[in-house]
Amino acid sequence: MTSQKIKILMVAVVLAALAYIVPNSSSFVVLLATRALVFAILAMSLDILLGFTGLPSLGQAAYFGVGAYLTAILATKFHIGLGWDFWLVVIYGMLIGAALAALFGLFAIRASGVYFLMITLALGQCVWGLAYRWNSLTGGDNGISVTARPAFGLDLTNERTFFFLVFAFFIFTLISLYVLVQSPFGRSLAGIRERELRMQILGYNTWLHKYIAFIIAGAFGGLSGVLWAHTNGLVSPETVVLTTSVDALLMVVLGGAGTLVGGAIGSAIVFGLREYLSTLVPWWQYVLGGVYVLTILYLPTGLMGIPARIRQARGASDKTAKPAAPEKLAPTPS
Amino acid sequence: MTRTSRKRLVPILLGGLVLGLSMNAPAKAEELRIGFIAPLTGIFAQIGKDMTNGFQMYLDEHGNKLGGATVKFVVEDDAGKADAAVTKAKKLVLSDKAQMFIGGLLASTGYALAPVSNSEKTLYIASIPAADDLTQRQASKYPYFFRTTWTSSQPHHPLGKWACEQGHKKVVTIAADYAFGYEVVGGFQKAFEDCGGKVIQKLWPRLGEKDFGPFIPQIKGDADAVFSLMVGPMALQFPKQLRQSGYKKPIIGGGTSYDEFILPNMGDFAIGDVSALQYSAAIETPKNEAFVKAYRKKYGKVPSYYSEANYTTAQVIDEAMKKAGGKYPGPEKFVAIMGGLKIDAVRGPVHFEDRNPVQNIYIKKVEKKKMFGYPKAELWNVIIKTYPNVSQYWTYGKDKFLKQPVYSRTYPPCKNCE
Repeated sequence: MTSQKIKILMVAVVLAALAYIVPNSSSFVVLLATRALVFAILAMSLDILLGFTGLPSLGQAAYFGVGAYLTAILATKFHIGLGWDFWLVVIYGMLIGAALAALFGLFAIRASGVYFLMITLALGQCVWGLAYRWNSLTGGDNGISVTARPAFGLDLTNERTFFFLVFAFFIFTLISLYVLVQSPFGRSLAGIRERELRMQILGYNTWLHKYIAFIIAGAFGGLSGVLWAHTNGLVSPETVVLTTSVDALLMVVLGGAGTLVGGAIGSAIVFGLREYLSTLVPWWQYVLGGVYVLTILYLPTGLMGIPARIRQARGASDKTAKPAAPEKLAPTPS
Repeated sequence: MTRTSRKRLVPILLGGLVLGLSMNAPAKAEELRIGFIAPLTGIFAQIGKDMTNGFQMYLDEHGNKLGGATVKFVVEDDAGKADAAVTKAKKLVLSDKAQMFIGGLLASTGYALAPVSNSEKTLYIASIPAADDLTQRQASKYPYFFRTTWTSSQPHHPLGKWACEQGHKKVVTIAADYAFGYEVVGGFQKAFEDCGGKVIQKLWPRLGEKDFGPFIPQIKGDADAVFSLMVGPMALQFPKQLRQSGYKKPIIGGGTSYDEFILPNMGDFAIGDVSALQYSAAIETPKNEAFVKAYRKKYGKVPSYYSEANYTTAQVIDEAMKKAGGKYPGPEKFVAIMGGLKIDAVRGPVHFEDRNPVQNIYIKKVEKKKMFGYPKAELWNVIIKTYPNVSQYWTYGKDKFLKQPVYSRTYPPCKNCE
């Protein structure tokens, strides 16, 4: 377990560095970092499905969307969530994400692989369709502007303060999901990913395991949506559109599925390239596309797989050393 | 070096320093930093180019100066997405220290950017986004918001009246299914029905629909005309497919159904169709002729309203800066100055009411002819009637107009539909 401890330490050091560097950077960097962190939460929630349970979902934007719409509607129509009751809205957001996932899970969990992908895609599009057409509630194509941020002692209109709030939620999500995947429940999810039939033979109710994982992912998707409504100040059908789901999926794949922090790294890279590079050069899309293609071709385990690959290469060149086995993302119960 | 020569050096150095400072100082004070947001990638990239070209052309013609201030013009790409537009607007204000940001394409982008002007206390000039309520029922929410071109329903109130005066009694509307479509159809329907006409059917193909096969057979046969509001590639397909189906009655179009962005790509099937907008490249004034010729020479195409709108936006800023004495006075004062302007724009005389232009609305008919000395006969939006001084409230009066809800899919209700 020492290597595990080293990894945790490394993540902690990186996070501490982030908490120090970002607030001392320019306002635009703070803004981008905040946005990247919100999407990092979404990507990590998806990683529970994709990386740990082996369920490639293309509908994660649905939970993100309902969380964001809930926040926006409560704030603009009922003035709820603009004071201390913001914390209630956070809970509502997670609950509505979980509830929607509980509903969608009934349809989606029965399938796997490409069929699961298609069902989640369709369900995600249903939410988009609702957001687009339910004009009286969602404002249709124009969306809802959330002009005020919650006020409870902290001055959240200050982007740096707001960054720390999102950062805190990010760490909360990271720790919660880490505890989850390290738990016996998380281990059995990994078992389902590796070989579902064997888990069934061992007496596990795999459907229920997957269903619960789906709901948990939905809850954290809802949380990221609540944060996004206040980060972006606008919730529109674009928030729920398919590309948001695809973005989240790409972030996880880019960073490394089944690693949690991989999603965060992917989010940072996608936001860095898309939002920052696009202010510098007009051909940023080629760079982003190139990064995706190269990752899939040469780093199928994502950027988090780089250390393992280096070790592998070293092992191959150093003939006297024992050939190092490629690192398993999670132990396979047998 | 002797002491005396060193003593002599001091004033020379000081003088040089003062001179250097004095040369630097005014140049710095007169800088005007303008951020510009347009879709430069994605499906709306070509429109984004038209927008940027229009603004850039005005700057080029005026030595990159507006009202005496040297302009630092920074263009950012929002890919036609509201979320990206918010990020880019904040980047322009925070990193580039832009004193104002301009642009956006879609109405939803307008709604996304207006709150940014509040939170950053920076002027936002919507040169294209036409969402009615930004200068109507929600205007008081956004004090740093200003519009230089149009609201969605503004040209379509006169068009509704015109259609009624042509003797059309029953009209079927078919429009892209989103907020802009609702507001355009709403404006047309309101004025048309107030004059005695009847909208007997409303069809809503989704935004981006290219196959109108399922819609064309539904169009009721007893209608005298069809009113269409199409956007982008839809505008190319709809009249073509409708005419191919053998439809012979008049087609009336909303602003973007026949604007110059799409018109050169249309075939002869479009000849005779009528639409309304605050600009047509075929306005026969010396000012517009010069603009069309200069633009076409520079960019190789006839200017669309997207270009003219941003060209005129630059002109508005130019004249407001002149009134402000060449120094940007902050958003509140600048909005007030712009609101009091009367300008002679390419599109005709423009003044402002409630931060929205009051201007000519042109009823235009597509004709194939030679214009402005160009050798080939081309499609032009020839003006057949001008409604002068049209405001966003049309003839209803501000108070009465603002009492009705914003135009939507269900308002005005379709009383004569079965």
